[in-house]
Amino acid sequence: MNVLLPLFIGAPLGCGFVIYLAFRNRDDKADWIANVCMMYLAAASLWSIKSLSAYGVLTYRMGGYAAPVGINLVLDGFSLLLLIIINVAGFLAAIYSVNYMERFTAKAKYYVMFLLMVAGMNGVVLTGDLFNLYVFLEIASISSYVLVGFGCEREQFEASFKYMVLGIVASAFILVGISLMYAATGVLSMVHLSDIAAQGNVSGCFMLAGAFFLMGFGLKAALVPFHAWLPDAHPSAPAPISAMLSGVLIKAIGIYCILRIFFNMFAMTPMVPFIFMMLGTASMVVGALLATGQWDYKRLLAYSSISQMGYVMLGAGVGARVIASGGPAHVATLAVLGALFHLINHAGFKSLLFLTSGAVEFSTGTRDLRKMEGVSQRMPVTAAAATAGSLAISGVPPFSGFWSKLFIVVACLQAGYNFLAFIAIGVSIVTLAYFLKVQKYAFFGGRKEGFEKIKEVPGLMCFPMIVLAVMCLAMGLLAVSPLREAILEPAVKVLTKQM
Amino acid sequence: MGEIVRNIVRIFAGFTLLFGVYIVAYGHITPGGGFAGGVLIGGSFILLTLAYGKKLALQKLSRSMSSTLDSLGALIFLFLALVGIAGGYFFLNFLPLGKPFHLFSAGIIPLCNIAIGMKVGASLFAVFIALAMVRVVKHEDGTTDYLEETDDTEIKQ
Repeated sequence: MNVLLPLFIGAPLGCGFVIYLAFRNRDDKADWIANVCMMYLAAASLWSIKSLSAYGVLTYRMGGYAAPVGINLVLDGFSLLLLIIINVAGFLAAIYSVNYMERFTAKAKYYVMFLLMVAGMNGVVLTGDLFNLYVFLEIASISSYVLVGFGCEREQFEASFKYMVLGIVASAFILVGISLMYAATGVLSMVHLSDIAAQGNVSGCFMLAGAFFLMGFGLKAALVPFHAWLPDAHPSAPAPISAMLSGVLIKAIGIYCILRIFFNMFAMTPMVPFIFMMLGTASMVVGALLATGQWDYKRLLAYSSISQMGYVMLGAGVGARVIASGGPAHVATLAVLGALFHLINHAGFKSLLFLTSGAVEFSTGTRDLRKMEGVSQRMPVTAAAATAGSLAISGVPPFSGFWSKLFIVVACLQAGYNFLAFIAIGVSIVTLAYFLKVQKYAFFGGRKEGFEKIKEVPGLMCFPMIVLAVMCLAMGLLAVSPLREAILEPAVKVLTKQM
Repeated sequence: MGEIVRNIVRIFAGFTLLFGVYIVAYGHITPGGGFAGGVLIGGSFILLTLAYGKKLALQKLSRSMSSTLDSLGALIFLFLALVGIAGGYFFLNFLPLGKPFHLFSAGIIPLCNIAIGMKVGASLFAVFIALAMVRVVKHEDGTTDYLEETDDTEIKQ
């Protein structure tokens, strides 16, 4: 089993370079290699659930050297949660790409970048070494810069350039933070760093490094003062990549790293969770209000991602605050559980919504909601999937988004942050409002001239949307005992082990 | 480029390449390694491009060759890592370690350095060529074209 761990990184890297070496101009072969690779990764990530519950936390020593000299890959509950998100969403996006990417040239090169991005994200969530995390973060980021500009139009280049400049600023902050940690302690292994932090005699270097990490990873996660690049970058990419960026990338290299570093490496102080809560609330409110005014379908979804990441940060912040102030354990657990539950739910419905936006664009040729006609009758699968996604993201029961938002709100109330709970509910209503707008204009509006010939997208594009739409309903079951104990609770335990 | 630059590059490009190869080959016993040596190797081709134009440099190392070497370097590195799994660990050093500070020592590390040097050298050159290949032409009516150059004009300063 252990040998599966390095293959999460090795398999996509290898397949990517094989495609580039041998099948650079053979799109059909590239389709097969990339999809088989992603199918393997998705299956392996689901298989890891079983091995985690059987053997506990897995540590893989690269080259046989133990930390802090060598680099470890660590599979714990939190890594596993992200692995499932990355690889399952990646697999569905890869299937969707088979037909969708026909319109672009150089499909094989697209798959190379796609697989490199997946390899980078898998590396980020698996590694137990801080500098190694930075390396994989750069692999994932650089391939995402390329993918954002893949359409080769003026606006795509502009978005890609903006994203790249801000991404590099973020990476620079992160690198400086890592250097400070190394200067202060002389180790880079996360386990050893957390031991040193737990002993309590940390220097100011740790605090400065923490500030740098918050800025760097906050930029990568597009939390609200750092969000300016996201509404340009995510809509400019091809739809399956938008789904990967919004659904997976900002979580894997943003939220995951923030939570991993601040919950597991640093000793929790009351100040940091307060910043989390502020960032989360600001993201929630600003993202939702800005989304309401958008007329570009994908841009609206991009703003909505900022807003939903705010929920995750709010939940995590409340949990951390309760941990830091020594409050009741069940409240902290509930808050963190809600945050992680919302994380995995958001990966499902936001990927779905971006895929439906791609399908609408594929058929009608426009992303402007005002120019669309109501396509619900001509594209029943897309319309049904988009409705499921919209209901889930707005938190309408019994869809998955309702349960995770409920957990976060209840945790806020139990921890005594009634005002934040009130804001969370209010933002949820605003979310419903702007998704009703999408539904009205894109799917259930009246007929217009010039759309007589549109028809449903091909089967390979429908399949991922159907799977994700079903998951929007079914993921509510993650809150119930056997699934919760297998997937969510190990992750919560990792984050709340300071209790 | 001017006469002085051309003459200096004519003499030094070969030595730069050779020094790059030396840094890669001795990476496991002296400072340097695959990346530093690869940069020198890539740099020697970039010097040629700057002094004599793309045509000459591309005759020495074509675009397709550089991207093939790029992928091949990555795959060799990955292959070395994967072979280690047979011995129990990813990246296991499965070759005999030999005596320290000798050229043939340190197991797979020199091989890894060679793979990295190949990748870094080829991809740096490929990136440089890709940047130099496209010429932006602004027309008077405000439109812009991105033309891929095929002629042998020198890169203008």
